[in-house]
Amino acid sequence: MIWVNAVMAGILLGGLYALFACGLSLMYGVMGIINLAHGDLAVLGAYLVFVISSSLGVSPFLALPVAVVLMGGLGYLMQRALLERSLRAGPLVPLLTTFGLAIVIQNGLLQLFTSDSRSLDAGALTVASLHVNDQLTIPLLGVVIFLVALGLLGGLQLFLNRTAIGRAMRATAQDPDTAELIGINAKHMYGLATAIAVGTVTIAGTFFGMRSSFAPLSGPSQLIFAFEAVVIGGIGSLWGTLVGGIVLGVAQTIGAQINPQSSILCGNLVFLAVLIIRNGRVFVSRAVSS
Amino acid sequence: MSLLEIETLEVRHGALTAVRGVSLSVDEGSVLALVGANGAGKTTLLRAVAGAHRPQSGRVRFDGADVTGLPAHRRVKLGIALVPEGRRLFPGLTVEENLQAAAGKGRSGPWTVAAVLEAFPILQPLVRRRASSLSGGEQQATAIGRALMANPRLLLLDEVSLGLAPQAVDAMYRSLDALMASGNSTVILVEQDLRRAMAVSGRIACMLEGRLILEGASNALSRDEITNAYFGLRRAPEVAS
Amino acid sequence: MTTAAGLRVERWTRNSVIRSSLIGLAVLGLFAAPTVFEPAITQKLTGLWILVLMAAMWNALAGYGGLVSVGQQAFIGIGAYSTIYLTHAGVEGYTAMALAVGITAILAFLTSFVVLRLRGGEFAIAMWVVAEVFRQFVSFDSSVGGGTGISLTALGVYGPDYGRAFTYWWALTAATAALLILFFLLRSRFGAALQAIRDDESAAASLGVRVRSSKRIVFVLTSTGCGAAGAAILANTLFVQPNSIFSVQWTAMMIFMVLVGGLGTFEGPILGALILFLLQNQFGNGGVWYFIGLGASAVLFALFMPRGIWGTITERFDLRLTPIGYWVRGPAPPTARDPGLAQSDEGPPTDPPSEVAQ
Repeated sequence: MIWVNAVMAGILLGGLYALFACGLSLMYGVMGIINLAHGDLAVLGAYLVFVISSSLGVSPFLALPVAVVLMGGLGYLMQRALLERSLRAGPLVPLLTTFGLAIVIQNGLLQLFTSDSRSLDAGALTVASLHVNDQLTIPLLGVVIFLVALGLLGGLQLFLNRTAIGRAMRATAQDPDTAELIGINAKHMYGLATAIAVGTVTIAGTFFGMRSSFAPLSGPSQLIFAFEAVVIGGIGSLWGTLVGGIVLGVAQTIGAQINPQSSILCGNLVFLAVLIIRNGRVFVSRAVSS
Repeated sequence: MSLLEIETLEVRHGALTAVRGVSLSVDEGSVLALVGANGAGKTTLLRAVAGAHRPQSGRVRFDGADVTGLPAHRRVKLGIALVPEGRRLFPGLTVEENLQAAAGKGRSGPWTVAAVLEAFPILQPLVRRRASSLSGGEQQATAIGRALMANPRLLLLDEVSLGLAPQAVDAMYRSLDALMASGNSTVILVEQDLRRAMAVSGRIACMLEGRLILEGASNALSRDEITNAYFGLRRAPEVAS
Repeated sequence: MTTAAGLRVERWTRNSVIRSSLIGLAVLGLFAAPTVFEPAITQKLTGLWILVLMAAMWNALAGYGGLVSVGQQAFIGIGAYSTIYLTHAGVEGYTAMALAVGITAILAFLTSFVVLRLRGGEFAIAMWVVAEVFRQFVSFDSSVGGGTGISLTALGVYGPDYGRAFTYWWALTAATAALLILFFLLRSRFGAALQAIRDDESAAASLGVRVRSSKRIVFVLTSTGCGAAGAAILANTLFVQPNSIFSVQWTAMMIFMVLVGGLGTFEGPILGALILFLLQNQFGNGGVWYFIGLGASAVLFALFMPRGIWGTITERFDLRLTPIGYWVRGPAPPTARDPGLAQSDEGPPTDPPSEVAQ
């Protein structure tokens, strides 16, 4: 029963990782940028929710939509002001730019909020759980996060496939020059994709902050988990990312069951094993392109 | 009056000057064929008109307004649409999505997805097929349809018959003929087949090594004159630049 | 060397021979530093050579191998911890450091099979995961102090003053050796092959360059250099902790040095290391604003001065300290090296129109 619990917890955790991963995957799919500041933007978003909810005295759930809009706007500006220029400068420059940005965000947060860890108060949800039987209980917050992940991935898929902007975004992902020639503002599309990515990762960061605690330097490990989820999920749709997230989550919770310290190591080893098995054919799904 | 005016346009790719001081004007409702050898600068000139290349110097005026500094997507809004060389469809999008992606981006007008499918009946059974799975002719029809979705006042066609089977070329030109004969659209087309270029166009312009070296009414120029200009064998008296 | 058009391709010009000799003499002079300065300064200068070594390694990997890694701290940590393990096994301290470099080489070689097939950002983050995995393994091992860290006691036998001097010589030797190896490697055919790969991998492959094995050589070599840096860091501070030695902040420092100095130039990273060294002594190592400054300048240099300070200076003044490149001299001006020439439409004007061809 311990193992069933572990697998259950892992699946739910996978939902959170998929939330982290979908923005990373979107930016990679549309612009070919792997955003090394992705995890730090999630943490920045969590701090923003923290500041809004504590200063206005409202629930983080109410602060979240405001934070998503603000962070989305920040993402748009980041793309137009920094990443757009870096994209023109060659394939290595976006990596260096986003890495520098990550260092700036981490240390900026350290300066503002000290290294103390904080958490977001999800109210009654924090402790509520579904009581299946004496041995098996499912934390309600985990279920909520998983459902939000499902909704967000599905929504993103629908957005990309069914809306005019989604189509324009896919067209831009495949051929930005030609997209311009049929009237699509490619730079605007890049900005929107980044806005969506940063908006979704704000949701991820907020749930992360409700589920456990976060600190200014929590970002890199979230980036790594997101990246691992995307790679394990492999080629295909955004749903692959969910599968990848679940595999990673289950690996971590089972690892924790073996030895509490080895949780993350176990996830990393599964990731490396996938890399070895796939023998290099692991190019992260450019989900948007197909 | 002239819809498009190009004034001493110069376009460079790095150290290479692809278009050197070209001046040209195209009347509304007319069809201009642009001919010249590979590397003469035809594609670059078309792309500069469409906004895909920024010129080093010179001006592009469209309907009297200076559009030299406008990005490509803004020019589409004004009614300039390019069918690029090599078709450049979005390979992962279906035929329908390729057309829809261009919808609402240009001017309002009669061209819709339905109208395109009517003008190119071969596309009707293919709307849900991915563009990457189409034959060359089908891709070309989709690419032209995609450009028409902008309801362009100026349609730029870059080597639309390249790589197509002769029957496909004939079918495509039959569709284009109807379009061009309507007189509503102004067309500049780059065409390697001189006979066809002369047949469909009102005027012909010939480029050599980035320069415009011959321009005139298609029925006033002899094939020898054009061929000579094409190879740079003899400078025709109507030198334009 | 003289070519057809009366051009001479020169590498060892009289000037460059003189300059190289002077640099050699200067390096010899640097070896005398511990006999002149007090131990505290020797320790600081040791830190400088470690920075030079790390910067040169990251630059070779990214600037010549085209591989941006944010996980080279993996090998810094391996170099340090291998030293600890070896001294626990009874090996003398400096010998252990040298052997640790060998162990790093072996582990880098094995790692290369996992990560080198990846491209761009995928390689970058995968290396980060590798660093995390090594950190986690070390953290679990209580024989080396687990997560709390461990002191290097084996160098205690030399006493603090001699220890500092020996460590200084060890670090300076490692940095010099690494730079010399890089220098001769980049001047060889292999260097040309690397630059071909960096500029266009598939084109290089089609010219017969063995892309994968070339990348592997660079990866293993530069990672081994990071291992030497890690061993030297340990010897210089005498204490190591998994979270700090496997920290991504080493990568932040390497990227800063390379970008500010000049990515893909030989001298740039050395300049970058010097700048970082001065900043560290001015503003103190660590600290929030220090790292904000590092990150922000990395972004600004990447975006607005991609060739770095050294690259920009040499571009403007046609100047080079070391004879890595070639000078083409002769009656004709230097030919344009613009890669933007390839355009789909603009081939040579040879094809006749189809009408004429028939």
